[in-house]
Amino acid sequence: MSWIDIGHLNDIPVRGSRVVKTPVGCVAIVRSSETEAYAIGNTCPHKQGPLSEGIVHGKKITCPLHNAVFSLETGEGTDGHQIPTFPLKIEGGRLLLDGASVGKRSAA
Amino acid sequence: MAQKLIVIGAGMASGRMLEHLFEQGGDWDVTLFNAEPRGTYNRIMLSPVLSGEKTYEQIETHNAQWYDDQGVTTRFGEKVVAIDRAAKTVTAENGDVLPYDKLVIATGSNPFIIPLPGHDLEGVIAYRDLEDTYRMMELGKTEGSSAVVIGGGLLGLEAAAGLHAQGVDTTVVHIMGHLMERQLDESAGYLLRKELVGRGIKVLCATNSKQILGENGKVTGLELDNGTVLPCDLLVMAVGIRPNVALAKEAGLATGRAIHVDATMQTSDPDILALGECVELDGMLFGLVAPIYDQAKVAAKTLVGEAAGYVHRDVSTKLKVTGCDLFSAGDFAEGEDREDIVFRDPARGVYKRIVLKDNKILGAVMYGDTADGNWFFGMMKDGTDVSDIRDTLIFGPAFQGGASGDPLAAVAALPDDAEICGCNGICKSTIVNAVKNGAHTLADVRATTKASASCGTCTGLVEQVMAVTLGDDFVIPAAQSICGCSDHTHEDIRRLIKAKALKSEAAVWQELGWKTANGCHVCRPAVNYYLLADWPLEYQDNLQSRFVNERRHANIQKDGTYSVVPRMWGGMTTPDELRAIADASEKYGAKLHVTGGQRIDLLGVKKEDLTAIWDDLNAAGMVSGHAYSKGLRTVKTCVGKEFCRFGTQDSSGLGIQLEKKLWGSWTPHKVKLGVSGCPRNCAEATCKDIGVVCVDSGYQIGVAGAAGMDVKETERLIDAKTEAEAIEWIAAFMQLYRENAKYLDRPYKWVAKVGLDWVKDTLSNAEERAALNERFEISQSVYRKDPWADHVKNHSEQYQPLADITLEAAE
Repeated sequence: MSWIDIGHLNDIPVRGSRVVKTPVGCVAIVRSSETEAYAIGNTCPHKQGPLSEGIVHGKKITCPLHNAVFSLETGEGTDGHQIPTFPLKIEGGRLLLDGASVGKRSAA
Repeated sequence: MAQKLIVIGAGMASGRMLEHLFEQGGDWDVTLFNAEPRGTYNRIMLSPVLSGEKTYEQIETHNAQWYDDQGVTTRFGEKVVAIDRAAKTVTAENGDVLPYDKLVIATGSNPFIIPLPGHDLEGVIAYRDLEDTYRMMELGKTEGSSAVVIGGGLLGLEAAAGLHAQGVDTTVVHIMGHLMERQLDESAGYLLRKELVGRGIKVLCATNSKQILGENGKVTGLELDNGTVLPCDLLVMAVGIRPNVALAKEAGLATGRAIHVDATMQTSDPDILALGECVELDGMLFGLVAPIYDQAKVAAKTLVGEAAGYVHRDVSTKLKVTGCDLFSAGDFAEGEDREDIVFRDPARGVYKRIVLKDNKILGAVMYGDTADGNWFFGMMKDGTDVSDIRDTLIFGPAFQGGASGDPLAAVAALPDDAEICGCNGICKSTIVNAVKNGAHTLADVRATTKASASCGTCTGLVEQVMAVTLGDDFVIPAAQSICGCSDHTHEDIRRLIKAKALKSEAAVWQELGWKTANGCHVCRPAVNYYLLADWPLEYQDNLQSRFVNERRHANIQKDGTYSVVPRMWGGMTTPDELRAIADASEKYGAKLHVTGGQRIDLLGVKKEDLTAIWDDLNAAGMVSGHAYSKGLRTVKTCVGKEFCRFGTQDSSGLGIQLEKKLWGSWTPHKVKLGVSGCPRNCAEATCKDIGVVCVDSGYQIGVAGAAGMDVKETERLIDAKTEAEAIEWIAAFMQLYRENAKYLDRPYKWVAKVGLDWVKDTLSNAEERAALNERFEISQSVYRKDPWADHVKNHSEQYQPLADITLEAAE
């Protein structure tokens, strides 16, 4: 894994989300609670709704266009839809996204 | 010959380790250094000392006398300033150089002091040792003194409760949204806060500190980010601890966040051990007593050459504040593969949550009744499979014993004197007797026993008692609840928010027994609206509980771009406004469309451009048109008597006045107005939510029209004589709708439910009308402002990506 610092946890409101532009497209960084965040694909497979604009509840997010609900942990959604998830960790409040998983070649 | 052992630090870890070491025997010549001028005491019991429940002598574990008896040379009040690993010596503060065979580092941790301006003022302290504790107790002796505690974690709250117990006026300032966020979820945090506030401790959450104020080098207060100043005589920082590793680092030992040790507590030097809060093992740091006592046992064995290894185990937390009963253990976050069992008893202030994964307990949070905490904790540590008892698990061990899986069995098994209805103190047998005496419906039971007749939260339980008593004769009715998170209807929730003065989302979730941790996309926008409508000054609108359009103040389109509609008061505009719209259209590549509400829509604006286009439109004097809101949308007008030969009144002027009064207000669903200057009705006022038709004698006000999924003509509310009277009635109607309607009911649906007669009767009362107007104006003092300008100024970063890592990839 190659961890890339993409910002601070407090840059995202609690139960809010912001996107990171990556070589594989936009990744939504979703803050599900005071202390937790997840990285998921930003695009709903149904009609391409931007998931980062959805309502976050528990460890789920609801697509803003037609209310498909996705798990932030597994990417599984209603009606058999699936979105990708990406490794994300929080260290001292910093958000670290695994660069390799979003198409970044390792720096080494 | 005796081995020379030097121990640096006489905290809880080394006290316990030496105790084990002497039990094991062996020939040791021990020298013990301690920076504090005393022996070992139970640091976690400082809080009862602070609150006056214990004395220092009661919390001492190994005093100077004890060490003397063991033959330990104590050097209390002295620090070690250097370690020479090659020579195997340590150097004391006074220059003494002492040789060792084995060295143990137990330097613990230092409190973290936020480097706020003024943190070095006299009167700014941490909460770490006996000196800090005495300092706080001293403050209590001065009448009328006050303190601020920064940090709403375990330590901060214990400090605050202790200060309060000493008679000090105490305020807690916490940066996170709820107290003890690492140990508690929001619901438990809410209950804890309620308890502390009820005692008279002030609690500010989601609050940032700006600087510490002082005079003549002494602290006088804390200034917050929002400019508020909290005056204080003492400021306690309890925001965390940092492992104290300076000495080990200088000596060249391997360190990361703390001193690296292996499972035998050995550092990178085989003759040096370390334990307690100053060590890092497998990436973990340690702050709680149970694992540190385990480490003490391991270190003692390692010293005598016995094989031993530290094994990490889960620990539970309890807050040591008398009367605040809370328990937290394990991992209580939610998850797809996890199941939550939640029990809430709002009347008693009890909250319990068990998190299960694969039928094993993963974590538990409890507030108010923690008697079963250790039972759950035991099963969690043992990894017990709870599938057989999961239906009744939450009721605790008293309930178990081969109970069947039927949820009704739990109710059947309740003793006769079990309280079912907390509000009215109705026990199970009272309900059973009522049912046996012929009360076969919920309404009958309510009428004869009062059970579930107050707050109603026990309704489900009452119905289960009825079902158990009546058997198959009773079918539990399914009420139309707000969503799967709650059994309450919208109407009940609105009523209970007012009746119980619930002023936060967490309060609603807890007091009304929500089944999920923080709702879902169905209930959150509704609850957020109800709260802001009922408590405009107290409740902070939560953008994260709003649909995208209301959060972003623009309408999302199918391709993810947005449409932007600036307000044109009463449908009137100017050449300057039109020029600014034309410029913005070209600059941001937006298509233009004229809407049905007499506005111009800029379509296809990218999210990243929203704040820039608003800034441009603001500069031309335009504000948000709220074309996205469940709120006041537009007031459509005809030109009226100023231009039209048929016009009877100044319809566009009245429309502008109405729009200026009503704009920015949130409502259960969107509200559109129309004002026509004569009965020819060019503004189509008679199919609006509120419509005014001007006539020679005044203003005919109609309400509850519709021209969407349903088409419906307005019904006459009142004929007003003057513009002022028309405006007063319309604002009163808006407020009545705001206070009473179900979320997502347009006015015509709401009026159909309550009846136009009730609306008319209510509004005909001049006092009531004035009161509604007054409440509307209070709400508007908060919401009658341009959200675009606010977001440009305060939230613009939320419209930009958090990061862009595409470019570097191309290098």
